[in-house]
Amino acid sequence: MYVAVKGGERAILNSYRMLDDYRRGDRGVPELGLDQIREQMPLAVSRVMAEGSLYDPQLAALALKQAAGDVIEAVFLLRAYRTTLSRYGYTQPIDTGRMRLQRRISSTFKDIPGGQILGPTYDYTQRLLDFSLLAQREADALPAGEEALDSAMSRVTDLLAQDDLIDAEPVPEGDPEPFDLTRQPLDFPASRAARLQNLARADEGFLLSMGYSTQRGYGNTHPFAAEIRYGALEVEMHIEELGFAVTVGEIEVTECQMVSQFAGSAEEGPKFTRGYGLTFGYGERKSMSMALVDRALKAGDLGERADSPANDHEFVLYHSDNVEASGFVQHLKLPHYVDFQANLELLRRMRAERGEPEAAQNELMDEAVSP
Amino acid sequence: MTTQHATVERDDHYNFAYLDESTKRMLRRALLKAVAIPGYQVPFGSREMPLPYGWGTGGIQVTASIIGRGDVLKVIDQGSDDTTNAINIRRFFGRVTGVATTESTPAATIVQTRHRIPETPLAAGQIMVFQVPIPEPLRWLEPSETETRTMHALAEYGGMHVKLYEDIAQHGHIATTYDYPVIVNDRYMMRPSPIPKFDNPKLDGSPALMLFGAGREKRVYAVPPYTRVKSLDFEDHPFRVETWTECCDLCGSRESYLDEIILDDAGTRRYVCSDTEYCNDRQAQQRAGGIPDEAAA
Amino acid sequence: MEQQILAAAASGRTLLPGFADPVDDAQSTFRAALDALAHPGRVYEILAGSGVPAGLSPAMTALLLTLVDVDTPLWLPESAGADALAFLRFHCGCPIVPSPSLARFAAVPAGCAAPALSSCHQGDPAYPDQSTTLLIEVESLDAGPQAVLSGPGIQARQTLAAAGLPDGFWREWRINHQRFPLGVDVFLTQDRRICGLPRSTRLEN
Repeated sequence: MYVAVKGGERAILNSYRMLDDYRRGDRGVPELGLDQIREQMPLAVSRVMAEGSLYDPQLAALALKQAAGDVIEAVFLLRAYRTTLSRYGYTQPIDTGRMRLQRRISSTFKDIPGGQILGPTYDYTQRLLDFSLLAQREADALPAGEEALDSAMSRVTDLLAQDDLIDAEPVPEGDPEPFDLTRQPLDFPASRAARLQNLARADEGFLLSMGYSTQRGYGNTHPFAAEIRYGALEVEMHIEELGFAVTVGEIEVTECQMVSQFAGSAEEGPKFTRGYGLTFGYGERKSMSMALVDRALKAGDLGERADSPANDHEFVLYHSDNVEASGFVQHLKLPHYVDFQANLELLRRMRAERGEPEAAQNELMDEAVSP
Repeated sequence: MTTQHATVERDDHYNFAYLDESTKRMLRRALLKAVAIPGYQVPFGSREMPLPYGWGTGGIQVTASIIGRGDVLKVIDQGSDDTTNAINIRRFFGRVTGVATTESTPAATIVQTRHRIPETPLAAGQIMVFQVPIPEPLRWLEPSETETRTMHALAEYGGMHVKLYEDIAQHGHIATTYDYPVIVNDRYMMRPSPIPKFDNPKLDGSPALMLFGAGREKRVYAVPPYTRVKSLDFEDHPFRVETWTECCDLCGSRESYLDEIILDDAGTRRYVCSDTEYCNDRQAQQRAGGIPDEAAA
Repeated sequence: MEQQILAAAASGRTLLPGFADPVDDAQSTFRAALDALAHPGRVYEILAGSGVPAGLSPAMTALLLTLVDVDTPLWLPESAGADALAFLRFHCGCPIVPSPSLARFAAVPAGCAAPALSSCHQGDPAYPDQSTTLLIEVESLDAGPQAVLSGPGIQARQTLAAAGLPDGFWREWRINHQRFPLGVDVFLTQDRRICGLPRSTRLEN
């Protein structure tokens, strides 16, 4: 006689304990401090802030620790936390032209006003595992007395704009409030503001693959990296009662401006067109991928061929969020036995009808519903 | 006799029902419009919840926006109060509302469900909240949301009828056995969520209010009480529900949806009610001498 | 916000409080509104308490406090009065629009002229949910001429005996219903009571 199994609640509580143990690992090893994660895994912290849509390195470090290093799980934690926070309003737009730069490069010109500044980058390292890191090794202190970088370095795209070589980014008529993806569902056709916000918090891997596809013939934008910047800037907010804007904090961002050729149209002569990428923290791969995809999504509006996956607005924008994607893919782990049962019986019945009409002992039959 | 759960301790760090009041207002407005346009999917600004998308965030947001201190909440998944996800959601609401929870369908004022409608008929005044993975009935025909919006606006549903008829032509049966599409109030085509088609008739003319929440897809929709809900079919192939030759191994019911349990490697099978509360109730009544136990006969 | 309090005080007008318990009162009022639309023609009582500005009824005030905010443009007739406007601006923070066709919510207090249903936002064929929700204060919800209603939420028939509806209301209602799924949804309010008329409701007589 079958006895129904109970005890789901206890199973769940046990799984919490086992997870805590798994996350902590060998108790003989010192526990991770948030300061260690924040300071020594800043690229993971940057990614969690960017995709979590919340700038807070300490909380991002906490999320990474709680998630045992799973970046997407950490992003989810940060997003869920963000939902609980009070909203005060919108900041002023940040001016990346006034960044306190740590890194600034351009691939479109050999030299630019202010110079090419490599900054802290893996770009020119040899990818050889550095076994000296097996032991604790003090990083050499940066020499004192380095000149602060001139923060007023003009943007390469502004230089191109001076010669009317690049498409203008006009402010929409009436300067409306930008679409806020955290408060409204996406609808189509999606405005550029909505698209950029979607891409800013999109999964880095997804954007990387989409961007890569445009370089391999799925869409053809022939991009150049006009400028990539990484550094810190102040964030300001206009306070109604005071009547002016005050600084509420400082954040680090990475910005990438891609330019691509545009053949022109009946109305306009040929120009360069932009792709724009911006992330919280230090996220170059992400900001570059974002710029490629931003440009690819413009193809239809520019009258170019737009039949590749990266040109498809709904395809890109509906599948870019890793919290949504992870949730839905992993939801397949939930019990689905009621629906599976329905399918199982239909399959058995269909097979019985095809092959062995007399053999199958059909437990399940159909009964017409009275209208 | 059904179990009342000890309420999980209310966590005062969070607003009642977790959502902030502005989010609740947004959801409440969407739900009112949903009730005014039966079967139509209202977009809403879904928030990230502490459970993942795909695990019931839409249902949770709907419940969170309607629930009050005096409500009694039942949560089921696959028809059972004891499945891990139902427990998780019930604990969540215990923690953020302190509201009484129950396993008893008649005692509940709000029933949040995944994939089943309870066997016990619902009463006027009760609200069912369905967890919906994919709200759009036309999605498998047409991936584009812009296109499906237009199809609904024009009531252009021919493609779905063609698809079902193709199943009949190829297999002799309509291949859809759950999440079976319906027409609501003679106007909008709707997905009733992945309930087995066995449960579809329970939607038609029910005295209860049915609310549907899709968190990841960011849509809510509703079927008001006493509203016509008709499953798609054809004159020569009318809509049919499943029946079993077996009855429930535990309570003997011949009226309920049965789960198949595999007992050993030889494939020995037993069938038991999917609705565990209904089944437990019948068993209790039998022990008290109420209903005869057909299984024992 | 402080400036508004100062301005209100300066103008000599008392700023009345919103809901006594914002969380519970909004929830219970919403449930009444949900019940009202799910059971058209039936009368429900609003139990929540709040300050009620001159010109508005407790039920209309409660519905507005519950549903209206910074994201929902609101239309009020000019005759609604400065007190009501100041109260709603403060407690709801809603943008006020000059025409019902631009409004998500339109509220018509007692004694004010209601806009024609056709002059409100009807919704969009792809997004019929965007239409205006109209709140109308009436003289009575049970002492007027009997209207017989049918449709979703109604088992067979439901009688509504509202008095003090705008002239030609039921004629306009027929046309509104014919536009389904477009169309306006209405809440009738009377002192502490409400009654819902979703666009899906059909007038039988």
